[in-house]
Amino acid sequence: MQSALILGASSGIAQAFGRLLAERGVTLYLVARDPRKLEAVSADLSARGACLAGTEVLDLNLHAEHAAMLERAWAALGPVDLVLVAHGMLGDQAACEADPALAMELMRTNYAATGVLLLHLATRLEAQGRGQLAVLSSVAGERGRRSNYIYGSSKAGLSALLSGLRARLAPAGVQVVTVLPGPVRTAMLAGRPLPPLTVEPELVARQLLRGLERGAHTLWLPPKWRAIMAVIRALPEAIFMKLKF
Amino acid sequence: MSESLLSWGRWPRRPQRAIALDWLPDHLPTLGPSKLLPRGQGRSYGDSCLNSRGLLLTTGALDRVIHFDRETGVLRAEAGLTFDDLLRLCLPAGWFPPVTPGTRFLSLGGAVANDVHGKNHHGAGTIGHHVRALELLRSDGSRQLLTPADTSGLFRATIGGLGLTGLITWVELQLVPTRGPWFESHTVRFSTLAECFEIGPELQARHGYTAAWIDSLAPAGQSGRGLYICGDPSDSSEPAAWREPRLRIPLDCPEWLLNPLSLKLFNTLYYRQPLKQGRVHAWPFLYPLDVLADWNRIYGHRGFQQWQCVVPSADAPALCAELLSRIRAHRQGSFLALLKTFGSMDPAGLLSFARPGVTLALDFPMLGERTARMLQELNALVREAGGALYPAKDAQMSAEDFRSGYPRVEEFEGFRDPLLESDFWRRVRGGGEA
Ligand SMILES: Cc1cc2nc3c(=O)[nH]c(=O)nc-3n(C[C@H](O)[C@H](O)[C@H](O)COP(=O)(O)OP(=O)(O)OC[C@H]3O[C@@H](n4cnc5c(N)ncnc54)[C@H](O)[C@@H]3O)c2cc1C
Repeated sequence: MQSALILGASSGIAQAFGRLLAERGVTLYLVARDPRKLEAVSADLSARGACLAGTEVLDLNLHAEHAAMLERAWAALGPVDLVLVAHGMLGDQAACEADPALAMELMRTNYAATGVLLLHLATRLEAQGRGQLAVLSSVAGERGRRSNYIYGSSKAGLSALLSGLRARLAPAGVQVVTVLPGPVRTAMLAGRPLPPLTVEPELVARQLLRGLERGAHTLWLPPKWRAIMAVIRALPEAIFMKLKF
Repeated sequence: MSESLLSWGRWPRRPQRAIALDWLPDHLPTLGPSKLLPRGQGRSYGDSCLNSRGLLLTTGALDRVIHFDRETGVLRAEAGLTFDDLLRLCLPAGWFPPVTPGTRFLSLGGAVANDVHGKNHHGAGTIGHHVRALELLRSDGSRQLLTPADTSGLFRATIGGLGLTGLITWVELQLVPTRGPWFESHTVRFSTLAECFEIGPELQARHGYTAAWIDSLAPAGQSGRGLYICGDPSDSSEPAAWREPRLRIPLDCPEWLLNPLSLKLFNTLYYRQPLKQGRVHAWPFLYPLDVLADWNRIYGHRGFQQWQCVVPSADAPALCAELLSRIRAHRQGSFLALLKTFGSMDPAGLLSFARPGVTLALDFPMLGERTARMLQELNALVREAGGALYPAKDAQMSAEDFRSGYPRVEEFEGFRDPLLESDFWRRVRGGGEA
């Protein structure tokens, strides 16, 4: 891998992943919403050995900007070996339930805007005729749970979109990877009690890189989530609906 | 309670609450009357990294490098960067930290706040001697860029300032050039404490890194026997074909594991080991304990206490002998007793521990009152000799011990941030334990 485009570059997983690429001297193009965070992350990655082809401040919810941003990224990087889509938000479910309008931002960020971005990316990668597209979805998208079904549904939509895109892009030689992390100790969880089985972003990043090298299409991070979610999916609805978690 | 927020000695055990800092903040969080304490990697043994009555500000995610000049070896990074991470970055580029303690799993901020020393103190001083600049965030909303040229006194108060002068957001260090990760090591066996003091000066003059391990459980006639471990960075630029074994103590060991007999056995075997001479990797040379992750759990649930003092050189031979004999009388030997002679340079900070003299460090399983009584006895000897105890290792020194070892504490009070406090500070300043 020689070049990578990271969207949502200041997310905890993206930072840890970016450092692994930096150690390998990969050329990066970074996009994030907050200029100060982007600056801190890009300084860190370049000090750690990454070659920065460019950085760009952009709120990816502004979907009208996607095409121009990708144009600039491709111009800076040349062919793009890997695209990592890592932006998203967890939201506050109780607040969304009290004021459904708040749910809109969450659904838009995690599903609609990301989906539109992926459609732009699909066209670019298809034309390029190779490359990997890794997208952070979530184990929460596997079944809507009482405690975070709004977030979960946005990720469910994203996962469904990815499985279709995978089929579409495979003939062009482009590999679409659905990444399904469990809880990861990053800023996304800040201020909340850490859920059980929370892991460090460094671990997730290492497993992600290994999975990409192996050519996986779905990555449960860490892998035990695959078995856990198989059980959770298999629970009869009559029982599942009584669970509070 | 979160295990990860104990101190390294795992005693005292008090519940801690924390706020994780993910990005450099613009100001310190203010949460009503709660006092705050910055926290690095929790590698301090006692209670200087605990704040039971308030909140910890954890800095683990503040680990971004801000600038690294591979030509000059100047590195500026957020204060949560660990030495382990720093080494991974600077070693391949031919640079090494100027000073490193016996673990590489500590943060830059923690290193500065305790003004840590290493085996090369006699030549290199403490980490504070190599800080080119740092930024401090205070509760009055100010953000101060401090350098050694600072005339306000705040820089010197922050070096060794125990996290109480503000949140250190970043640190800029001058690294030293190195050819590779290798050390040429040279170990000398000595059979009495007197011999240790005799051969010390010459070994220090010849080697950049020195420390003496002492068998604190030796039979009475051989008291003070031990090994002088010396070394220097190697000229070899051979690539690192060395992999650190990864071992981990997965749970609290049963408390009978470390008993007088097993400790004695360990010490005897250690003393009699074949002497290693020649090229060793920096990791086992500088960080012998880091091979065993979570080694502090060897002591079991009760935890343990480190005890480290520094005493004036002139009295050191007699005093160290006396300390060791008291420890033997209490039947509380330790498997790590280390002795080192500090260099003669002025301390870098107002409350720096390292100062001209001889330092002795030991660890003891926490046996409640028994341990407390012995430590009080040792503390009294140190106090009478005009020495000091190391806050980074401490959970029991008295207010009097502290005042006598750190005579500039009143001056320091003038620089302390009123929002910041630790269990240690409340204890030694008479604000109650937790
Ligand atoms: C195996 C081992 C060997 C050791 N060997 C040595 C040695 O040879 N020499 C030596 O000097 N020490 C040694 N130590 C002690 C260790 O170096 C110190 O305790 C060091 O301060 C630990 O750093 P930390 O990041 O874990 O900080 P913590 O223990 O979490 O905190 C230490 C202090 O730093 C303050 N602090 C942390 N981050 C900040 C920040 N960003 N801003 C302001 N204040 C901050 C805290 O408030 C606290 O007062 C050793 C420890 C271990 C476990």
